[in-house]
Amino acid sequence: METLFFLIITLVAIVSAILVITFKNPINSALSLIMTFFCLATYYVMLDAPFMAAVQVMVYAGAIMVLMVFTIMLLNIRVDASKKHSHKIFLGSIIGFITFFNLAYILFKSRAAAPTGPYSVDMIKQIGHTELIGKEMFTNFLLPFEITSILLLVAIVGAVILAKKKI
Amino acid sequence: MGMEILGLPMMYYIAMVAKVLVTFIFVLLTVAYATYAERKIIGHMQVRLGPMRTGWHGLLQPIADGLKLFFKEEIIPSQASTFAFLVAPLIALVPAFITFAVIPFGGVIEIAGYKIPMQVAAYYDTAAGQVFDINVGVLYILAMSSLGVYGIVLAGWSSNSKYSLMGGLRASAQLISYELAAGLSIIAVFMLSGTLSLNKIVALQSGFGGFEWYIFKQPLAAFMFFVTSLAEINRTPFDLPEAETELVSGFCTEYSSMKYAMFFMAEYANMVTVSAMTVTLFLGGWNGPFTDAMPLLGPVYFIAKVYFLMFVCMWIRATLPRYRYDQLMHLGWKVFIPLALVNIVVTGIIGYFI
Repeated sequence: METLFFLIITLVAIVSAILVITFKNPINSALSLIMTFFCLATYYVMLDAPFMAAVQVMVYAGAIMVLMVFTIMLLNIRVDASKKHSHKIFLGSIIGFITFFNLAYILFKSRAAAPTGPYSVDMIKQIGHTELIGKEMFTNFLLPFEITSILLLVAIVGAVILAKKKI
Repeated sequence: MGMEILGLPMMYYIAMVAKVLVTFIFVLLTVAYATYAERKIIGHMQVRLGPMRTGWHGLLQPIADGLKLFFKEEIIPSQASTFAFLVAPLIALVPAFITFAVIPFGGVIEIAGYKIPMQVAAYYDTAAGQVFDINVGVLYILAMSSLGVYGIVLAGWSSNSKYSLMGGLRASAQLISYELAAGLSIIAVFMLSGTLSLNKIVALQSGFGGFEWYIFKQPLAAFMFFVTSLAEINRTPFDLPEAETELVSGFCTEYSSMKYAMFFMAEYANMVTVSAMTVTLFLGGWNGPFTDAMPLLGPVYFIAKVYFLMFVCMWIRATLPRYRYDQLMHLGWKVFIPLALVNIVVTGIIGYFI
């Protein structure tokens, strides 16, 4: 059952990821990117991480992509279809292949293939995924969490200063 | 339990399909008759009669409206970007409906020895003896409602019309600002409940004749959530995206026939969702007297509460004038968000000492 479901989701993910780079209209590309994010969220659910799935949809599909769609719409970016053959495609595909093999190597050879840690599936099911993330974030990872918050605050203040003509 | 498919009893599949169908049809009917109810209620509030001609007291009006919209000519503007134009009504409609998957509308009922919880995305675990549902139900609803903005933005942009674009921009700015306030205002509820599962939140509000409802413990959060949700779904007094006097019909100006009907349905479905969400979080969900003895009373209480809140929405529409755009933004960013933050801090301090 799960394998079948996984196959369906993977098919959708791959097709929509390909569509992201093949659509000519940037808005349609953005829409298929949202579809890819959805499939990622489904993977999180299948890995017993529902909180991550919800956050994935809320933050990436709900917030970041809205900004991207806005930017594309308001700047009215049009891709010139005549510029099909460019050296950028060649360079990009080389970089893509290198990244792919790197990732594959890391996934198969290193510890990432068989993760071992204190958190097992049973434990997550018993205590709850959200609770575990919260506990870790506010105890062991408190300092990085606070630093990230300050970073975001700086970004907000910067945006306000840039947008306001008179302060 | 007889046959098993892929390790689950046959009854599981039958129950799931039945629950999905019942919920979906119920919401569809509610949406259809909410349009009628709105016209009737506002009519009577303004000392008019409302629709009277189709059927007894106009009871067949939604069907007549549906038929009319169905047979209208379908127009796609020649300069529109077709794909986005076609997909936008779907994106607006689907999130409004699938949020009902996590809302519990009743307790556990037993059919032929198989226990079924009245919540679409939930199952009863006989080994553990309790109901398991999606344990981030509230986040799921927030995530889905944040997707509704795509429908509106795409509709506004792809129509290639100034009115549509302005309406779409207004709608999305409003949605994004009020989503934040709505999300922050319900954090106070989670601080009391300690869980994100809607099923457990409802269970925590049972007993003491309704005084365990979170509206009594968090009145400010309940008020803010309801008002910000109204703004999020573009209802009056925050219906600026469809301000007829300024923008014709906002983002759906260029839409006709069934596509227009889909936006219309999405608006009313969103109203049902918001009411159901407020009932679940603040008004005790399906709790009420005698639900232990008769589990089928649960859905009755739930529907009664949801309909009451929908009536409040219509009442507000008949009573209050529309906000001005800058007032709306001021209200969202400078009043509701700080209030929600203060509410969280106060709840935290009180919760620490009690």
